[in-house]
Amino acid sequence: MIDLVGYGAFFLTTALIFSLITLGLNLQWGLTGLFNVGLAGFVAIGAYTSALLTTPDDPARLGGLDLPILIGWLGAMVVGGLAAALTGIATLRLRSDYLAITTFGVAVVVQLVALNAQKLTGGPFGIGFIPRPFGGLAETPLLFNLSNLAIVSAVTLAAYLALEHLSRSPWGRVLKALREDERAAISLGKSARFYRVQAFAVGGAIMALAGALQAHFIGFIAPDNYLPMLTFQVWVMLIVGGSGSNTGAVAGSVLVWAIWAGSGALTSVLFSPEQQARAAAPQIVAIGVMLCVILLVRPSGLFGDRPRRVRTTRPSGTTAPESSGS
Amino acid sequence: MNLQFVVDGLLTGSMIGLGAIGVTLTYSILRFSNFAHGDFMAWGTYATLAVVGAISAMFGKVSPIGSLSFGWPLIVALVVGMAFTGLLALLLDMVLFARLRRQGQAIIVVMASFGASMALRSLLEFIFTSRPTYFSRAIQIAMPLGFGVRITPDQIALLLLAAVLVVSVHLIMTRTQTGRAMQALSQNAALARVIGIDVAKVVRVTWIIGGALACVAGVMIGILIQIRPFMGFDMLLPMFAAAILGGIGSVPGAVLGGLIIGLAEASAVQLIGAEWRAAVSFIILMVVLFVRPIGLFGFRER
Repeated sequence: MIDLVGYGAFFLTTALIFSLITLGLNLQWGLTGLFNVGLAGFVAIGAYTSALLTTPDDPARLGGLDLPILIGWLGAMVVGGLAAALTGIATLRLRSDYLAITTFGVAVVVQLVALNAQKLTGGPFGIGFIPRPFGGLAETPLLFNLSNLAIVSAVTLAAYLALEHLSRSPWGRVLKALREDERAAISLGKSARFYRVQAFAVGGAIMALAGALQAHFIGFIAPDNYLPMLTFQVWVMLIVGGSGSNTGAVAGSVLVWAIWAGSGALTSVLFSPEQQARAAAPQIVAIGVMLCVILLVRPSGLFGDRPRRVRTTRPSGTTAPESSGS
Repeated sequence: MNLQFVVDGLLTGSMIGLGAIGVTLTYSILRFSNFAHGDFMAWGTYATLAVVGAISAMFGKVSPIGSLSFGWPLIVALVVGMAFTGLLALLLDMVLFARLRRQGQAIIVVMASFGASMALRSLLEFIFTSRPTYFSRAIQIAMPLGFGVRITPDQIALLLLAAVLVVSVHLIMTRTQTGRAMQALSQNAALARVIGIDVAKVVRVTWIIGGALACVAGVMIGILIQIRPFMGFDMLLPMFAAAILGGIGSVPGAVLGGLIIGLAEASAVQLIGAEWRAAVSFIILMVVLFVRPIGLFGFRER
């Protein structure tokens, strides 16, 4: 029974960290319509920044400033936000696809730095001994898990409330207006690029914070935690929950993570260790197909605030040709 | 600096360039960046590998041509693989992309291609496992070309093949009616439709050309390096960078972009170290986006 509670707390903590990433993505995509396929990179930036700021000094690498955990989290948000802002400034004046390609590149480069800049990131072995909040309680796992859950819940709740407030504020309304009808919003004197860079930066900061939370929860980070798979999982969570809705982002994360962890547990019971890598593949295929099916059948997900207004007059030259049907 | 980087760069560059042709055509004609294009590459390669296996099961061991590492089975298999990859692209368009395109939101199609890419790649991992395989394990003797540059017979043959394919695609694009229709559609979709261009046909041709070339690029990687489920996904960033550097919609641009990135990667490997090669495309991409976002041969969208 106690074990079950402990596992439940562990599961929820992980799911809520995912929720936090999804909330960041919802601000970028759901509210503003900015496509980020490199979010794993921003999560990694947060995790590594916070780890470098808070770990004890280590002669083998730079950093290790031994600062308080809260400073690490703040630092993660600042660096993640700056990285996102730079990405946005570089690409948001161009077509939306360029942002997608650039964020993809950011994730590749962050992964590369994490793997190869041994002096900074510890290389493939990652960084250990990241201080954990309530580390003193580690003797009693139940209490430790529950207190971590409390912290992560508090942070996620705070982010949720802040985002709910933001999306109803004048700032959020501008973002929605830009998403729905850019020309109308611009003609009302709103600078599309400026607002988008802001939204992208805030979203990136939230993702980085989530990365930092997770790093301090697990106590150890390595480049393998931030593969494109992470990006993919979070996207599925947002689309299942319904992009545009913060409630949907949280619900989708918990639901998809439950499916993911459940089927993962199932494969580890059913298959021998050497078969497991292979057995995990259909799980990913299934989730990928699920993403495509939801996009086709119910693009608004569980809680989405769409359907978006279908544009009847599209600017010529930017319309996609309709292949079939003709 | 050793001049060997020129040969290495041209080879990597042709692989990137062949892939980038597909990316640039999908981008300019269907107006979305296809994140599944790398996985077309991997699927084509594994299909070719499977056909080679089937042929050698039927005809026994076939001796290689001249001093190449492969015989006629690989050539036949490559043709089958190209057709297969073209059809795979068509199928994916039919069940997924075409339906989403009709909803009129380009970026949703990009997202779907990202999901499809993940599913396709994991399916390969499931069928063939993630262990690398090879077309041939034979080691080729490289011939010295002078100035310390060496090249293997396989590399010469593949460079020639890439050149022939690029020239043919360029001729198709500029000399045939379908090719001109493709250009028209990419430059002004509305006007192209008004003058009665068969959009469905152009879309089909685009997928088939893109898929077939992706397969060739994949098989090149398979012959010269190795075959892995992730082989195409890892090429995605260089291909996008090459397509944007060359200018979206331009076939010669995509190839030139690929060669530039290939040469830059190869010289970075010599100067900085192989582990940083993936960063080269990103840096080139960022420079292009800041300095000249329409690329070398691009034109402003109307």
